[in-house]
Amino acid sequence: MGKTISEKIIGNKARDVVEAGQIVEANVDYVMVNDVTGLPAFEQFEKFPKGTKPYSEKIVLIPDHYVPNKDVASAEQAKRMRDFAKKYNIKNYFEVGRGGVCHQLMIEKGFVAPGRLIVGADSHTCSYGALGAFSTGIGSTEAAAIMAIGKLWLKVPDSIKITVNGKLDNYVYGKDIILHVIGDIGVEGALYQTMEYYGNTIENLTLSDRITISNMAIEAGGKAGIIPPDEKVFEYLRDRVRGNYTPIYSDKDAYYLQELKYDAVDIPPTVAKPFLPSNTSPASEVDVKIDQAYLGSCTNGRIEDLRIAAKILKGKKINPEVRMIVVPATKEVFNQALKEGLIEIFENADCFVCGPTCGACLGGYMGILADGEKCVATTNRNFIGRMGHKNSEVYLANPAVVAASAIEGRIVDPREVL
Amino acid sequence: MKEVLEGRVILFGDNVDTDQIIPAEFLTTGDPKELAKNAFIKVRPEFKNIVQDGDIIVAGRNFGCGSSREHAPRALMGAGISCVVAKSFARIFFRNSINLGLTLIECDVKANEGDKLIVDLKRGTIKNIRSGEIFEFKPLPAFLLKIVEKGGLMEYVKEVLNEKNSYNAR
Repeated sequence: MGKTISEKIIGNKARDVVEAGQIVEANVDYVMVNDVTGLPAFEQFEKFPKGTKPYSEKIVLIPDHYVPNKDVASAEQAKRMRDFAKKYNIKNYFEVGRGGVCHQLMIEKGFVAPGRLIVGADSHTCSYGALGAFSTGIGSTEAAAIMAIGKLWLKVPDSIKITVNGKLDNYVYGKDIILHVIGDIGVEGALYQTMEYYGNTIENLTLSDRITISNMAIEAGGKAGIIPPDEKVFEYLRDRVRGNYTPIYSDKDAYYLQELKYDAVDIPPTVAKPFLPSNTSPASEVDVKIDQAYLGSCTNGRIEDLRIAAKILKGKKINPEVRMIVVPATKEVFNQALKEGLIEIFENADCFVCGPTCGACLGGYMGILADGEKCVATTNRNFIGRMGHKNSEVYLANPAVVAASAIEGRIVDPREVL
Repeated sequence: MKEVLEGRVILFGDNVDTDQIIPAEFLTTGDPKELAKNAFIKVRPEFKNIVQDGDIIVAGRNFGCGSSREHAPRALMGAGISCVVAKSFARIFFRNSINLGLTLIECDVKANEGDKLIVDLKRGTIKNIRSGEIFEFKPLPAFLLKIVEKGGLMEYVKEVLNEKNSYNAR
């Protein structure tokens, strides 16, 4: 029996031949924490015996959830990260104005590469599977453990093989593929498992769209969402990657718990309605009046996402009863958008554009919803109260649906209005 | 680790996400007692008033889904919850709880709000005192049991560090 990508990468890092179901201790290439999950990790680390030195070169510290500081408490929290970086001479610390949303930054800054094992105290760490890494979300205490001993216990996951073939329709993207899959298998349809993607639709996707797909594996309960790395990945990494890497692929006779096949033509612009990412409908069937439209996050805050929305908004104004918030995921994305004139398009359309932060995606700040308000968002979660008041609602969608809906004032299928 | 837990049931449904357990706006502290003040504040604001030390949460499928925030099991521990029994757990919540030493049991238990349960961790049984029904569960894999028995991942890491230090001193 052959091995899956997950079995091979974890096996390499555990220096053992492993198979799904086994619990092993594996050496981690990088461990990332953000400002929210960092604080408990630093507190735990300080409880280790005096003189314990962290594996500083493996640690990446990215403040993004509540920075720029939203209040005194978050200011203190962000300061703790800065202090920890200084105290232990951790070079991979990305201050406000130099960084952005952690997962996009991890990829841009070359920490992510095929064959690596990367964990992060943030559930969307699974994003890096789009570049052929095995990456997954962990907690703060175990992040502290890795800082101290460089390794972590992991259960080797079973894998599901998902194949998508065919040509996607206009205004259908990676976001729609992953929402469609989650709608099909449910929020625990891939519990503890790796979702591995194949097929010519996936091969033809931009890297940005692939990251969106891997990013939301957790929304199906998945441990990882991996796409076999190809030339697009190698090209992207050429001038970015830190160190060397070796791509890893599943064997032809690897064992999959389940094999799912989808035809691209069956996937419309898709919306996940409150209060679960699996509660999906075609956008054309969701006729809901909106108060806010949100373009950003680790799911859809890349330059490709901004281009899609800007193309729709160019020369237009958003609906007078809607406010639209645009948050480029990182400084690099922001600068590129500025260069291409996209920021100007958003401004002229009456959008509010701000610098990188997770902000409203998790109900932190910069766009919190009031009682009864509804938001169509390119984000990843629509749980109760996720973006603010417990009676507010979040509808998850792709950047084109968000932009077209902002113009119309209600959720629409861009194919019907553009 | 206690071998037998006895507690009152607080009942929840399926897909209780970590935003419900502790909303993001309260994530500026890691202190369990502070976090407990806002546990379930949006979906069940009365929780902090009804919860008693030793209570057991009984829930449906996919308990703890969503964000990786370790603040969620911390909030439950701060509130005095001794154990969570659910049909299934989301994976990061599961890891965090094991690492912190919060007891999780995957088991389909029939119970009403307020029932008393006796959980025998060694035998792998849960008894509902009201109905008299006994439910069986599989114990954790050996490695994870070792972590829980030590009181969490911190103690395990301290041991690894001590071994390393004594090795280096040789």
